[in-house]
Amino acid sequence: MSDEIVREFLVESNENLDLLDREFVQLEKDPSHERLAGVFRTIHTIKGACGFLGFKKLESVAHVGENLLTKLRDGELTLRPEITTALLQMVDAIRQMLVQIDASGAEGERDDAALIETLTALLKGVPAAPPIVLPPVKKVVAAPAVPEQEGVDRPPAASIGEILIKEGAATAADVASAIRIQSEGDPRHLGEILVERGAVKPQEVVEALRTQQVARAAASDSSIRVDVVLLDKLMNLVGELVLARNQILQFANATEEAAIVTPSQQLNLITTELQEGVMKTRMQPIGTIWSKFPRTVRDVAMSCGKTVRIEMVGKETELDKTIIEAIKDPLTHIVRNSVDHGIESPAQRAAAGKAPEGLLSLRAYHEGGQVIIEISDDGAGLDAEKIRRKGIEKGLITAEQSLRMNERELLHLIFQPGFSTAEKVTNVSGRGVGMDVVKTNIDKIGGTVDVQSKPGTGTTVRMKIPLTLAIIPALIITDGGDRYAIPQISLLELVRLEGEEARKRIELLQGVAVYRLRGRLLPLVYLNRELRADPSTPRAAIADAVNIIILQADERKFGLVVDEINDTEEIVVKPLGKQLKGVKTFAGSTIMGDGRVALILDVLGIAQSANVVNEGRDRGVNEKVAPGASASEKMQTVLLLKCGAEGRLAMDLSLVARLEEFPREVIERAGDIEVVQYRGQIMPLIRIAETLKIAAGDAPADPSAALQVVVYSEQGRNIGLVVDRILDIVEDSIVRQQPAQRSGLLGSAVIQERVTDLLDVAGLVRAANPGFFKNAPVSQGF
Amino acid sequence: MANAAQFCTFFVDGQLFGVPVQQVQEVIRYQEMTRVPRVPQVIRGLINLRGQIVVAVDLRRRLNAGELPEGQLPMNVVVRTVDGAVSLLVDEIGDVLEAQEESFEPTPETVTGAVRTLIQGVYKLPEHLLLILDTEKAVNGPDLEPALAGAEA
Repeated sequence: MSDEIVREFLVESNENLDLLDREFVQLEKDPSHERLAGVFRTIHTIKGACGFLGFKKLESVAHVGENLLTKLRDGELTLRPEITTALLQMVDAIRQMLVQIDASGAEGERDDAALIETLTALLKGVPAAPPIVLPPVKKVVAAPAVPEQEGVDRPPAASIGEILIKEGAATAADVASAIRIQSEGDPRHLGEILVERGAVKPQEVVEALRTQQVARAAASDSSIRVDVVLLDKLMNLVGELVLARNQILQFANATEEAAIVTPSQQLNLITTELQEGVMKTRMQPIGTIWSKFPRTVRDVAMSCGKTVRIEMVGKETELDKTIIEAIKDPLTHIVRNSVDHGIESPAQRAAAGKAPEGLLSLRAYHEGGQVIIEISDDGAGLDAEKIRRKGIEKGLITAEQSLRMNERELLHLIFQPGFSTAEKVTNVSGRGVGMDVVKTNIDKIGGTVDVQSKPGTGTTVRMKIPLTLAIIPALIITDGGDRYAIPQISLLELVRLEGEEARKRIELLQGVAVYRLRGRLLPLVYLNRELRADPSTPRAAIADAVNIIILQADERKFGLVVDEINDTEEIVVKPLGKQLKGVKTFAGSTIMGDGRVALILDVLGIAQSANVVNEGRDRGVNEKVAPGASASEKMQTVLLLKCGAEGRLAMDLSLVARLEEFPREVIERAGDIEVVQYRGQIMPLIRIAETLKIAAGDAPADPSAALQVVVYSEQGRNIGLVVDRILDIVEDSIVRQQPAQRSGLLGSAVIQERVTDLLDVAGLVRAANPGFFKNAPVSQGF
Repeated sequence: MANAAQFCTFFVDGQLFGVPVQQVQEVIRYQEMTRVPRVPQVIRGLINLRGQIVVAVDLRRRLNAGELPEGQLPMNVVVRTVDGAVSLLVDEIGDVLEAQEESFEPTPETVTGAVRTLIQGVYKLPEHLLLILDTEKAVNGPDLEPALAGAEA
């Protein structure tokens, strides 16, 4: 017997066992005939293969199980929890034997007499008052060739009997009588019985088996099994190819030689597609790990006397295989924890007015290039006060510290090493691995874990996981003459402040640099100081231009100030050597197009070392509504403009296509209106101050100064609104108070504690340039 | 020649060092390096070794031997360690030398300082003393860990 066949048997049987785990748990809830028949077929397949390969012990265990299932399927027995438990034990026994076979090639010395006895006892046992009543059994529709058979296995492909009859090797009567013998308890195969009775020749059975194999294989023709090692190798090679491609592109960009430019673009496209393809081969649905959870939940719930229902949404969400493997244990741990500690006993639940059956729900979905996994239970929730006491008791925090911590920070204590709130250690959890291990493992793959809890209503653990680790898009920046890569996943936006702006817009708050981003304070972190612990003054004070990269780390936003922003690039993540593992600022390294090494910044690490994550406590990004503002007031983001002496105007930011500056020389005239050439179009300009007849400022406008233009775009056509100055972008609840006093305005409102006119952009454009709107005007914005 | 061993040799600050040839992956000329902020000076940077990223450890700094004279570039001796390849920056590459086991002696007590902790012993060659470098110790240890001050939580 070749190793290959055994290997295939092991892989297939393991898959079948996983399927059984799920099905048995499902059966308890839905003991439909179809499901039972499915389970039966699966066991039968395993049994058949064991017999064929000569694993007698395995076969005998599977055989009793099969008999038990036959009775269940035929309605002679009803499914009771103890039967499910026994059947699950059988699955476990088979699994252990498979492990043994995998390791040594033989079944080894095992004694499954007790299990077989249990199963046999259940088989013979007079069905007690059944807690679960099976629906009426539908008769298996017998194939015309073997009309007598009843309650006999019907494997998915044509049965061996059918094939033998079809090929004329055996008569229908022979097969039928052999089936009868089998159903009376003969554990042998149909073929064996037939051969023994001299009905067919062994050769004919072998051929029929082959025919059956081919028929089964045809069903799975469209997919093949591939060794993961090969996929890993392919992934590495694609990584090298991406690097080589980047180098060639860099070279090709410097030349205009069509002979190199065209094929290099081709190479670029093919590489990208190849990369996506190879990445896809490594993607697996998260369902592959989740599928084990119904069994886990059942076992844990049974052992602590609870009933828990599991719900799964988003099973098909795909993740890279390495990530799937990395999150498997943490997820299992959280699931066990939720059932063991999260969900209360039926009595407690009843006392709290909840349904006796607990609910554990798993949800997975994509969000912003990441996968979010949520594990929620409807249990008692985490007790922040208890966690506080425990934290102090365990010496993780001081009493004084604990008073300064908010609830989220207290809950996060559960991720600290040496923390376990379980009051009694059960056999389920409390084995020394705690939530700290979960956090460490998730951190390792660049993910984050968060926990939210409402006392009495439940706990949700939320994980953010990157899709893949191997090749990621990144922003390349330069600081202190060295290049660094920032994973695009944490990037929110880029802000560049020039000249005056750079000096004025960055303010110091107790020595800490902050920037007002749309009305909210954004802490700034200077990369040069983080990298070199350089205590010199923030460069903002002296530089002409400041590049701020707005990043998100652990739900907090911060701005990273760097010297130069270069480009975005697909980078291949390479691990850091052991010597550099301890540096929190770096997540890895990569090779750039020119062959040099660049470090990948660890955004979370930088945020932590700059104390952004700990200190920015109340600046959560989710906190959108200003204190006092009622929820009914709609928040709106507006652009504040200055026009003329007193003109303070606001327009809805969603109407702004771009902000531009034009030197006065580029202004031309078309007819009697001012125009500029802009993006291949002639763009008319409207001077807001003139159109609205706002008095010009006292100081005459500097004739050489550039024009500040707000570009408004409608149906692919642009129009430029000339203003004196762009003041700010603010988010506020805008309440129109004064009705409009002249055309082009919608009215007035108080914004930033000052009376501000609300610009009617459509009206203004119509008044100044009636030909602009071909169709109906757009929304006013207010 | 029963008990002879082969060593890849190199010079650091005028002293001849050796590493068993089996531990040496390759010897290459000076490579452009990428500096790594916030790590001890001993780590000079990262080099791209045909797609593999390797940490370069400056042996002069490791041995507290002062800097190479201006304008002189170090060579890379890439050694295999349990944690992957690491490059040792040395002044100059020597020959592959064979040494007899009888000529080996443990490090004399009077040798102190960084050298003592990093060498396994000395081979007395006819013209030189060959110091056998313990590569694992050379690329590990507290001197290579990020300073606590620089990596505060």
